[in-house]
Amino acid sequence: MIAMMASTAPTTLVHLSAVDLGIIAFYFALVLGIGFYLKRFANTGEDFFLAGREMTAWVAGLAFVSANLGSLELLGWAGSAYQYGILAAHWYWIGAIPAMVFLGIVMMPFYYISKTHSVPGYLQLRYGSATSALSAVTFAIMTILMSGVNMYAMAVVMKVVLGWNINFSIWVSSLTVGIYVASGGLFSAIFNEVLQFFLIWFGALLIPILGLIETGGWKGMVARIQQNFPGQDYTHAWSTLGRFQDNPMGMHWTGIVFGLGAVQAMGYWTTDFLVVQRVLSAKDIRSAKMAPIIGSYFKMAVPLIVILPGLLGLAVLPMHLVPASSLQPGQYSYNEVLPLMLARYCGPGLLGLGITALVAGFMAGMAGNVSAFATVWTYDIYRPFLRKTAPDQHYVSMGRWCTLIGLVVSIGTAYLAMGFASIMDYVQALFGFFIAPLFGTVLLGMLWKRVSRAAGFCGLLAGTLSSVTMFTLMKLDHRWVGIFALSPKAQGLAQDMYQALWACVTCVVVTVLVTLVTKPRPDEELKGLVYALTEVAQEEHTSFLHRPLFWGITALAALLVLQIIFW
Amino acid sequence: MSEKHHIIQVWFFVGVLLLVYGFLILASGLAEWSHPPNIVLAELHAPVWWGALMLVLGLIYCIKFSPNRKP
Repeated sequence: MIAMMASTAPTTLVHLSAVDLGIIAFYFALVLGIGFYLKRFANTGEDFFLAGREMTAWVAGLAFVSANLGSLELLGWAGSAYQYGILAAHWYWIGAIPAMVFLGIVMMPFYYISKTHSVPGYLQLRYGSATSALSAVTFAIMTILMSGVNMYAMAVVMKVVLGWNINFSIWVSSLTVGIYVASGGLFSAIFNEVLQFFLIWFGALLIPILGLIETGGWKGMVARIQQNFPGQDYTHAWSTLGRFQDNPMGMHWTGIVFGLGAVQAMGYWTTDFLVVQRVLSAKDIRSAKMAPIIGSYFKMAVPLIVILPGLLGLAVLPMHLVPASSLQPGQYSYNEVLPLMLARYCGPGLLGLGITALVAGFMAGMAGNVSAFATVWTYDIYRPFLRKTAPDQHYVSMGRWCTLIGLVVSIGTAYLAMGFASIMDYVQALFGFFIAPLFGTVLLGMLWKRVSRAAGFCGLLAGTLSSVTMFTLMKLDHRWVGIFALSPKAQGLAQDMYQALWACVTCVVVTVLVTLVTKPRPDEELKGLVYALTEVAQEEHTSFLHRPLFWGITALAALLVLQIIFW
Repeated sequence: MSEKHHIIQVWFFVGVLLLVYGFLILASGLAEWSHPPNIVLAELHAPVWWGALMLVLGLIYCIKFSPNRKP
């Protein structure tokens, strides 16, 4: 997809002025300066890998949501909004908010009380080495691959939008990320994510504001879309989900509710260490519970700067964008809708801000992946399997070197990505292989003390293998789509949702069956790891305005209102 | 945020970023006031009010979270 974008782009979309270049240069100088400043504070393992566990709920919450607000997501989902309409907003609403609230209220206490450094670290405590190693190795591979894809995607976007050389973008961005993450560890990554959050909002919010002024508001935008694309419904989130053939995604509401909301989103937001690591940096358990809930409010608002520009593109762009796979010279792909809208409304200065927001998003994506990789490699692979006893300083050095080595390997995967036109599709599928079953394993382990070590490992392995098998069968023979995704009309995203659902169900069923025929671990070994054997501090004497539960329920109520408004 | 380490708060860096960017964008908007660029809705002079908003917010953050300010 990305390679296609690079090879057939007509000309550069925009030209930067001196003030735009000044804005970009200042961003690089600031993040490098912050990295050097933070180096002196990242001395111990807890400092380097968990930012000293002293972040407030707000900082951890913004970093948590920013870790998933990279430019790959921004460009991709804006393109999906152009392609599928407001259905793409489900990935920000039902596909995120309930899971974030669930993480804060139910799962965070276990991660936090067990004092683990990572999700594989929790699996080590709960299920032992085999399950932890399986999860750690797959996660390490994923993060490196994702970091490389982020790097390559950034280089391609910079080439398409600005005409910059791909090699120049790859090396400058990776050198910058390498310096500031190796210096300050998670401190640097989190600081940069908070900066990126503000940059993205200030850089992108003008597009929907000016777009709605141009179209005369929401009703005017809907009228223009109907005029440009007659007979298609792009502005209703639920009313077209009754039948697969009624919407451009080929999606049914069961796929959205069960596949996306109950499995895919729950798996990603509660077990993907890249995002969970941000919350683990919180200074106390209340902040750790509040962080994902604070993040959920911002996440709910993100469609304003991602989905709405895609919809506005349908209304105001003079040309029709096309899929990347059928791009011809002189045409633009769906993924270019955000840069096109940026170029439509933003002149010198604002253009530099928008481009800097994209660059910051890509670099934060790389930083998030390499910092998570360094933690999982050092604490979940190197320490338990290669060098069990070493001074804390040794592991910090290992973390710094891992950051740099991870980036060098990422550069390799970035060049590798050039050879595959649709590598992003495969990377997303790879995530689907591991995240959905992992959710079943972690959740059962937290809620049911009877689950044995063998059951955890077998369930995770069976879920992963079933996911890989379903993916392969659907790619080899389209008839399998009708079986696994319930309809032959199901498109890629719909297939992913059902694949995740069945993989999680497989994991749960196998885990339960193996549990019933194996010996459980003694209760004493499970204290602080399982719901029935963990004392979580109660909040009876706290004002309801300070209770995570209150804000979690309010977030769910706001989500419900949004669904009714855009039904 | 950083009781153990006494690190300058991230909000101060956010303030610096907004302040500098707000100034540059506002100045750029004022400079092009009489000959706006060839973009849609250029007559609204978005860089001027957007830059001013960023400048004011940046200033507030810089003052409120200044490392020299006593808690």
